[in-house]
Amino acid sequence: MLKITDLVKRYGTGNPVLKSLDLTIEGESVVSVIGSSGAGKSTLLRCINRLVEPTSGSIELNGTELTSLRGRELRAARRKIGMVFQGFNLVDRLTVMENVQSGRLGYIPTWAAVMRRYPKKDIRRAYELMERVGIAHYANKRADELSGGERQRVGVVRALMQDPEILLADEPTASLDPKTSEQIMGLLRDLAGELKLPVLINIHNVTEAKIYTDRIVGMRYGRIIFDDTPDKLDQEAMDQIYSGSPHADRSEDLKEAS
Amino acid sequence: MSTIAEKFGREDWSRFTPKQRMQRYAAFAFSALALGWALSSIDVIWAWVWDAPEQMGDLLGRMYPPDPSNLGTILNVLMETVNIATFATALGVLMSLPVAYLAAQNTTPNRATLWFGRLILVTSRSVNTIIWALLFVAIFGPGVVAGILAIMFRSIGFIGKLLGEAIEEIDKRPVEALEATGASRFKVIVYAIIPQVMPTFWAVAILRWDINLRESTVLGLVGAGGIGIILQGAIDTFNWPEAATILLAILALVVLGEIVSAFLRRRIL
Repeated sequence: MLKITDLVKRYGTGNPVLKSLDLTIEGESVVSVIGSSGAGKSTLLRCINRLVEPTSGSIELNGTELTSLRGRELRAARRKIGMVFQGFNLVDRLTVMENVQSGRLGYIPTWAAVMRRYPKKDIRRAYELMERVGIAHYANKRADELSGGERQRVGVVRALMQDPEILLADEPTASLDPKTSEQIMGLLRDLAGELKLPVLINIHNVTEAKIYTDRIVGMRYGRIIFDDTPDKLDQEAMDQIYSGSPHADRSEDLKEAS
Repeated sequence: MSTIAEKFGREDWSRFTPKQRMQRYAAFAFSALALGWALSSIDVIWAWVWDAPEQMGDLLGRMYPPDPSNLGTILNVLMETVNIATFATALGVLMSLPVAYLAAQNTTPNRATLWFGRLILVTSRSVNTIIWALLFVAIFGPGVVAGILAIMFRSIGFIGKLLGEAIEEIDKRPVEALEATGASRFKVIVYAIIPQVMPTFWAVAILRWDINLRESTVLGLVGAGGIGIILQGAIDTFNWPEAATILLAILALVVLGEIVSAFLRRRIL
């Protein structure tokens, strides 16, 4: 269970990007986060695995408080949080297998990592997952030889190799064509079910969010203003999430403050 | 009917305003003056310049035909020169790795280490190989060791700087992705940074070997080993035919080095 309480993130001295945000994700649900650019979706996801440092508040994953971890403890916690990125973020010059195994870097000894001597069970697991998403025959190809959809599959397998307790996906389909995009979304949904894994997906495509996820969270300028099942997301809710401008929202803050 | 240009009287256009044009003329005039002053301040003995062609012909005449009687020794020393360059490049490459790591803003542990790394780079680069050689000849005595150290010290700055810049220019997204998996700093370097700088690493190492080959031919002039020693010996004893052979040997070596490094570049990159 992921439990976020009163989360605030402020870059520098400006207005907060996340304004005392609360969110709880239980069980193996697939949750999508929608909202216009600058709403703080990406910051929210990155606060969870501490790629972005939260300003205040609490993030708890299965009983572990994540916001106060440092060094070795932080790395141990990050192993349990898989992340899939918009730009895939693979190491282009390494093979698909090396990219996939880099999801295990938090577990294996340094020397084994340097020499690429991966444990047998990790290799078996990698082949299983790669077979599952249809990229097993690319194991020895360099990552930059693959197409966008195939690269994102490598990204997904890398995250799953971590044996995560939650999967975060930061606009995983935004750089893909519509058909590939649907395939990846379907894959994320199915894998979540198969592996009993909660998944949190940032997404711009509301139609896909409705089709592929169990719950939709609508964000607007650092706040959650919608949180319900996809069928409850009507035109009015959509207008609320996507209307307005950062400027208007900021002046709203000023009024509240005065 | 009139065109738009006629209606608005817009048929004049110039790249610069009159004021800008005057500024440009002034800059030209100033540059010309500076050049003239610089020329007048150096003491050229024009008589020697004018009879240079004659001297050149004379020298070539004395060099021809090149004397190959010492070719065995020359080739031996030439091999020594290649060894100096190769050893020094290998050692320089190894030593420059940690320096590059320290001198790159995105990998260095903190401000102090960044400046320390940069200090090493600047020190190494600001001192010419020949000066390094003079220094090491004074410390280690004349010979190959001084030559290797001199070239190595100069190479560290060169390779370290280019490699450090390559590290700063990598794609940061894979680094972020591997940090998110809970990998340690060292593993992130091995998996996300090293693969990205590998092409630059080889290109720079080969280029430096090429440069070092040429630099090691003059090391002998200050007693730091290599073919320069016998070249100086030949010139000092007015043995021009042998000097010609040595110069031809150096030329052949440099051309060969060029061919080898071009071949390696093609194979590796």
